[in-house]
Amino acid sequence: MKIATRIGAVASAAALTLALTACSDSGTTATPSASDAAVPLSGELNGAGASSQEKASEAWRAEFQNAHPAVTLNYDPVGSGGGRTQFLDGAVSYAGSDSLMSADEYATAVTRCDGTDGAIHLPVYISPIAILFNLEGISSLNMSPDVIAQVFDGQITKWDDAAIVAENPGVDLPNLAITVVHRSDESGTTKNFTDYLAKASEAWPYDASGEWANNVGEGGQGTSGVIDLVTGTNGTIGYADASRAGALGAVSIKVGDDWVPFSPAGAAAAVSASPLAEGANGANDLAYKLDRTTTADGAYPLVLVSYVIMCQQYDDAAERALVTSYLKYVASDEGQNVASAAAGSSPIGPLGTRIEGILDEIAAG
Amino acid sequence: MSTATEERAPEQAFAGPRRDILNRGFAGLSRGAAITILVTLALVATFLVKEALPALTANPSDLADQVDWLKDEPGRSLWPVIASLVFGTVIIASLALAIAAPVSYGIALFISHYAPRRMAAGLGYVIDLLAAIPSVIYGLWGAFIFIPAILPALEWIERSFNWLPFLRGRVIATETTMVNGQEVVTQVFSVGTGRVALSAGIVLAIMILPIITAVTREVFLQTPVLHEEAALALGATRWEMIRMAVIPFGKPGMIGATMLGLGRALGETMAVFMILSPWSIPRFSVSVLEPSAHNTIAANIALKFPEANSMGVSALIAMGLALFVITLAVNMLARWIISRRSEFSGAN
Repeated sequence: MKIATRIGAVASAAALTLALTACSDSGTTATPSASDAAVPLSGELNGAGASSQEKASEAWRAEFQNAHPAVTLNYDPVGSGGGRTQFLDGAVSYAGSDSLMSADEYATAVTRCDGTDGAIHLPVYISPIAILFNLEGISSLNMSPDVIAQVFDGQITKWDDAAIVAENPGVDLPNLAITVVHRSDESGTTKNFTDYLAKASEAWPYDASGEWANNVGEGGQGTSGVIDLVTGTNGTIGYADASRAGALGAVSIKVGDDWVPFSPAGAAAAVSASPLAEGANGANDLAYKLDRTTTADGAYPLVLVSYVIMCQQYDDAAERALVTSYLKYVASDEGQNVASAAAGSSPIGPLGTRIEGILDEIAAG
Repeated sequence: MSTATEERAPEQAFAGPRRDILNRGFAGLSRGAAITILVTLALVATFLVKEALPALTANPSDLADQVDWLKDEPGRSLWPVIASLVFGTVIIASLALAIAAPVSYGIALFISHYAPRRMAAGLGYVIDLLAAIPSVIYGLWGAFIFIPAILPALEWIERSFNWLPFLRGRVIATETTMVNGQEVVTQVFSVGTGRVALSAGIVLAIMILPIITAVTREVFLQTPVLHEEAALALGATRWEMIRMAVIPFGKPGMIGATMLGLGRALGETMAVFMILSPWSIPRFSVSVLEPSAHNTIAANIALKFPEANSMGVSALIAMGLALFVITLAVNMLARWIISRRSEFSGAN
């Protein structure tokens, strides 16, 4: 009798505690994946790679660790190449990369990953690249890819050049020298910008490259260096992650017959309109071959896509749970909005649902 | 009695075998310190050579495949890139020295021979403070305050003197106009945003000013008073006294101080990195007002290192090796000049 009472008391106390915990859980923390709450996540998840994802990654880490206090997330922004190497060496569970794996890397991934399915790309970070300029009293200009290429190659040197005037009727362009500003360090932004110029225009004589290809204009270190130079001098034009556009004037690029200003939605539209790359590893491998000459409605093809590269199978159940639930959060609307607020990226929208589906298929053992 | 013991105490403490051990111990310590320097230098040199070898021995096409900023084209492989960086480094450092040295000598002479004592002490203190400012602060100040402020001056110099090849901006356009029925082609120059070698040189000059001033000031202060008074007694004015007594006496010190400043200017990284707009394709431009026409070894290493792969790092270390050789050569040259001059300078 006495014993029974005590057990009852303990049980009810425990139930109360549980209820309270549940209450505080739903009340104070944003639980990105409520379904995973049944298996409490813990441990350490390591990733490395593209520095373009660094800002978003910090925001994701903060939110995810908030919801799962026993989890430690690390992301080392060593650069895309370094991230892929570390992933293929097995040093990290996933890599962040601005560029796709080569055929060799796909092959190495088959041996690195558990099972026989190798690794896949998931586009979790999409960011439009803005072409920004500093001209007093002008906040927007239209430019076709050919004009942009000629400006950045030093062929068009004045703001009132006939080619620019022709595309901007009614805009009072000054008789002022154009000062081109580019990145002086190697960067994914430069690579995507020059890739766009090389594919969308005949006037760009160089290949796509992370290193700036000519001696036209001036170099700034990093995105902030470029923004500082453009902000500081009248008559400058440069390119940078759209999140840093601020109050600078921005170029609307010509897509088909329309002039399209940069926007998160336009960037996402350009990615969805692109076909998957040829060497892709099955249907789950969302490796896009960006179509820079797309004419899709409202698409803004001057865009940077950064991927997460991960295995299709993780034999270690703990690692699998961590990778999939973290990346599900990253791909979810909530995760994408967090990144958008922190880094100015474009939410990937419906792609997110597809990525979550793929993550559900990631196998263990 | 008590005083006697107190006087003897120190002698006893260092007497006999104990004294011997302390003597030898201290000699060993200081010898060890000296050897550490040599060993460190040797290790640095070995490290540089060992790490640079893969890039130096790789053939140009392999190197170009692995390192994005090297190409297997004339003028863009490793050696021309290093040569161009050495050229830029020397130009900018010399520019800094040409500006800083005369100003420093002037300040040092003013402090040692003209200024009232209290003012001299205050001024010396302020100059020393300049040396305590970290170079990244100079870089920020240069990029955000100094360059926008002097841009109009740079543009004016360029406009007025662009008939001199070394004060010419970048050609941004050629305009053809008809004058008296004849076609006249005029080139339009620009200094861009002002991030040119001259701006970097001026900021570097401010950075190396304190070290040159401090050393020359000390040397000038050590001029034998007898020499100075003799000169004045012979009817020399103060300027003549300085020219005849102070400067000949201080010459080796002035050269040594200048070389110290040059050493700092050659190796300065952050300030140049933040101020200068570097080239993308190696160039050898003699014009200090041309944007994107120069780069220095140290700034280039800082720029390329974050995204470099192993071969890239090796190529960057090869550049570091070049810088090491240059600074070593500068210091040895300074030593040689000082040792040659000291014999008839009156310093002995």
